Amino acid sequence: MERHFEKELNHLKARLQEMARLSEDSLACAAQAFIKEDKFLAERTFTNERIINSLEIEIDHGVADFFALFQPVAIDLRLLLAIQKINNDLERIGDHCINIAQSAISYASFPQKFGQLHLPKMFIITQAMLHDACESFFTKNLQVARTVLESDDVIDEMNRANTREAIQIVKGDRDSIEMALELLRISRNLERIADLSTNVAEEVIFHVQAKVVKHHQEDLKG
Amino acid sequence: MQVQTSIAETSTESGASKSPVKLHSRGLNLFYGQKQALKSISLDMYQHKVTALIGPSGCGKSTFLRTLNRMNDLIEGVRIEGEVCVDNVDIYKKKIDEVMLRKKVGMIFQKSNPFPKTIYDNIAYGPRIHGISDKKKLEEIVETSLKRGALWEEVKDELNKSALSLSGGQQQRLCIARALAVEPEVLLMDEPASALDPIATAKIEELIYELKSSYTIVIVTHNMQQAARVSDFTAFFYMGQLIETSSTERIFTSPTEKQTEDYVTGRFG
Repeated sequence: MERHFEKELNHLKARLQEMARLSEDSLACAAQAFIKEDKFLAERTFTNERIINSLEIEIDHGVADFFALFQPVAIDLRLLLAIQKINNDLERIGDHCINIAQSAISYASFPQKFGQLHLPKMFIITQAMLHDACESFFTKNLQVARTVLESDDVIDEMNRANTREAIQIVKGDRDSIEMALELLRISRNLERIADLSTNVAEEVIFHVQAKVVKHHQEDLKG
Repeated sequence: MQVQTSIAETSTESGASKSPVKLHSRGLNLFYGQKQALKSISLDMYQHKVTALIGPSGCGKSTFLRTLNRMNDLIEGVRIEGEVCVDNVDIYKKKIDEVMLRKKVGMIFQKSNPFPKTIYDNIAYGPRIHGISDKKKLEEIVETSLKRGALWEEVKDELNKSALSLSGGQQQRLCIARALAVEPEVLLMDEPASALDPIATAKIEELIYELKSSYTIVIVTHNMQQAARVSDFTAFFYMGQLIETSSTERIFTSPTEKQTEDYVTGRFG
């Protein structure tokens, strides 16, 4: 028989799953808004954001109530702590998608464009990272969680490459400064989404294995 | 005899704390007639720390607690193998004075059991048995013990009142003060707050926290949150076996054994 305790816990997980779905949708919309210059999809990120914000508050309250009523320990405690942190991470991801969508709209308004740097590829990798991080949490798949951690370095390097290339373009064409700034804003926001996806994956490892891997704690312990 | 002198190291956010072993058991087996109630228990309990013994009913935790001051000797048909040491002295193999042992290792029971005497006499009873008759000295002991038992302020003006007129929580603190009056080094507590309301329970828990700076405490509790709140180390017993022991922090955040996890999270059985 499913206990009252587990029903409440499963309800919280289901709400977080909905939030994860919306965050992934927002990132996909932001990506298409930029790549296909689709204003309609950019607006969908704004709609999603409002729902994500209210979900964040609902989950926050749910977690606080759960702590007060059930005093979870061990794997349940780690799950609750993970839900709390992932909840905040997903909300931040929603914010970054808004920033990207706004820059996508600005970018679409420029009559002449010099290209999209490494952003299309960054979108693909970041979307995969976010998807895998969330999926690994709900399926407790440590292997998938660890692949997310590995992808973070790739995104960091692409972000640095974007900066270097944008500087070169601006040096040769001073009129492209505004467009370069929008592209770098998208790049920076994608880099942040990759970081937050990494945080989610780290929470999966904490939840399942009780190991803290953030800030390379495992390496520090030797 | 193999002497254990290991040092407790508990990693906390504030750093590692170290304590010598005050009590330990090695390969402890206990039989009630044919029935084996404890199976090869080896456990260290550290000085000035609180060790909580947890586990489902009938797991052997209270039996184990009672072996620490030979209270099981009073039960007919009990047979004990292995060793139990206080300060590295085996309390079963050497010819020790049981009265002195129980002076050193005091006990507080689930149900408060004050003597049907005055508050003063309850506290003075132990010291008198141990030969103290000087009135001034006894008054000093009564005051100090009641203060340590966090009861002095509530009863200082009515020391000649019957102890039985106190509330349940006050009676339990009186029993703790009575145990402290003979200056023990170890306090064994068998579910000391299970019959008390939340306020009285909180006072007992606060008292345990205060007392551990001077005493080594071993507590049996069915209340998981209480074990988490008051103890430094937790030992999980199941069917007469010690399944896992570790820092309380670890037992309640990331226990190693699945049985421990299932028990502390309420999924047992």
